[in-house]
Amino acid sequence: MSEPSNQPLSAPPAASPRRTALDAVHRALGATMTDFAGWDMPLRYGSERDEHQAVRTRAGLFDLSHMGEITVTGPQAGQALDHALVGHLSALAVGKARYTMVCAPDGGILDDLIVYRLAEQRYLIVANASNAQTVLDTVAVRAAEFDAQVTDDRDAYALLAVQGPAAPGILKALTDADLDGLRYYAGLPGTVAGVSALIARTGYTGEDGFELFVAPADAEPLWQALLAAGADAGLVPCGLSCRDTLRLEAGMPLYGHELTAQVTPFDAGLGRVVKFDKSGDFVGREALTAAAARAADIPPRKLVGLVAEGRRVPRAGYTVTDASGAVIGEVTSGAPSPTLGVPIAMAYLDAAHAAPGTEGVAVDIRGSREPYRVVALPFYQRER
Amino acid sequence: MSINPEQLRYSKEHEWLTAPEDGASTVGITSHAADALGDVVFVQLPEVGSTVTAGESCGELESTKSVSELYAPVSGEVTEVNQDVVDDPSLVNSAPFEGGWLFKVKVSEEGADLLTAAEYDAFTAA
Repeated sequence: MSEPSNQPLSAPPAASPRRTALDAVHRALGATMTDFAGWDMPLRYGSERDEHQAVRTRAGLFDLSHMGEITVTGPQAGQALDHALVGHLSALAVGKARYTMVCAPDGGILDDLIVYRLAEQRYLIVANASNAQTVLDTVAVRAAEFDAQVTDDRDAYALLAVQGPAAPGILKALTDADLDGLRYYAGLPGTVAGVSALIARTGYTGEDGFELFVAPADAEPLWQALLAAGADAGLVPCGLSCRDTLRLEAGMPLYGHELTAQVTPFDAGLGRVVKFDKSGDFVGREALTAAAARAADIPPRKLVGLVAEGRRVPRAGYTVTDASGAVIGEVTSGAPSPTLGVPIAMAYLDAAHAAPGTEGVAVDIRGSREPYRVVALPFYQRER
Repeated sequence: MSINPEQLRYSKEHEWLTAPEDGASTVGITSHAADALGDVVFVQLPEVGSTVTAGESCGELESTKSVSELYAPVSGEVTEVNQDVVDDPSLVNSAPFEGGWLFKVKVSEEGADLLTAAEYDAFTAA
């Protein structure tokens, strides 16, 4: 058996990977660790399929401390973010969060982000680990002309996530915070198991759940309190491997796969995050205006879902062909779907072949044309 | 104590091999390899009657995160494949040395450097 030839989660190895505040906990649990964007992170604790199913049916506990936090404060913090990002952050209500992006002047996506407005003059940006430095540098430069301060808070927070239908019940046992009043994409400060936390109703799994930003020193007691409180509900520790299959089933893009500096938000089908109607200029406005028009008139490619007829798994970079064998696109993410029971993928396909139900579509899996069905995203949507 | 059975021999590509029984040796992957792969979801095995060559690819194993080639630890003719593991690839994870065996081969020539259990322990500990 060879070493795995395709590991979408791996980043180039750093000299010595960083360890989260929960490192000793992961090792005591016997986690399989992996290098991810320079961090030594739990890939799985046992079976990644069992972890996936736990999140879909009960609840899972994740260490996401590799995510990059950046704080922006000051009288013009909102305007600075309106200029630096594609969203309209000055219009965001205190206590709410937005999914948004930071783009290059040519419209290419530098990262996708969640931004929380914690106070009138205080925002928290959460960037992908692999892009955190770029986001920090970019936002700092773009905010320089505003009365706002940009702070690197990557080391100020550990991030734990509780995801799954049982998550609200588990968290309620540990906090007096008004979780019922906390809507999706909102966050409020509170105390969980005696620990000060920013409690956010966000996630990357397609399930209901919470993300808890805490001081690194509080991470381990909070982790243990959550596991204990969730034991009866079936809460289990979950690694990055199942996080990837969960987000794929939910049709959520991953930077480096569906999103890159070579595509604009409109190419990725996420043009709704670009707010042209905000006041003032923002970086990328001109290019994005053109990209929006292009996407409306002659869309080059569309991000779609593919569902396997067979059992071989498509991986990022694999070619998609039509009935004649001509190349019509490329897979950006692929995995066996625990929920659907068959391999699935996200792929950019030429618009002419991107309609759900298009016949004759196949993925070239190491030289063999495997039939795939084009479907609309997401593959999975929870019942509400 | 080793989890790798004493009576087996091992390849550096993490396959195990039994001594011949009724003229054929059984081949599988080690628990070390199965753990590294994670949940196996698809196995492609050589066909019965085909000839495999020591050190060359003869199949593949797909897991959630990766696909890995299966290398033949010996040369010879494939006499049987494990249909149970084709139908339920998770046997590779749950019973890599038993119900998760992959195929049987009538050995014509052994690979150059098959390891004993102790040598494989040392190899994987390195």
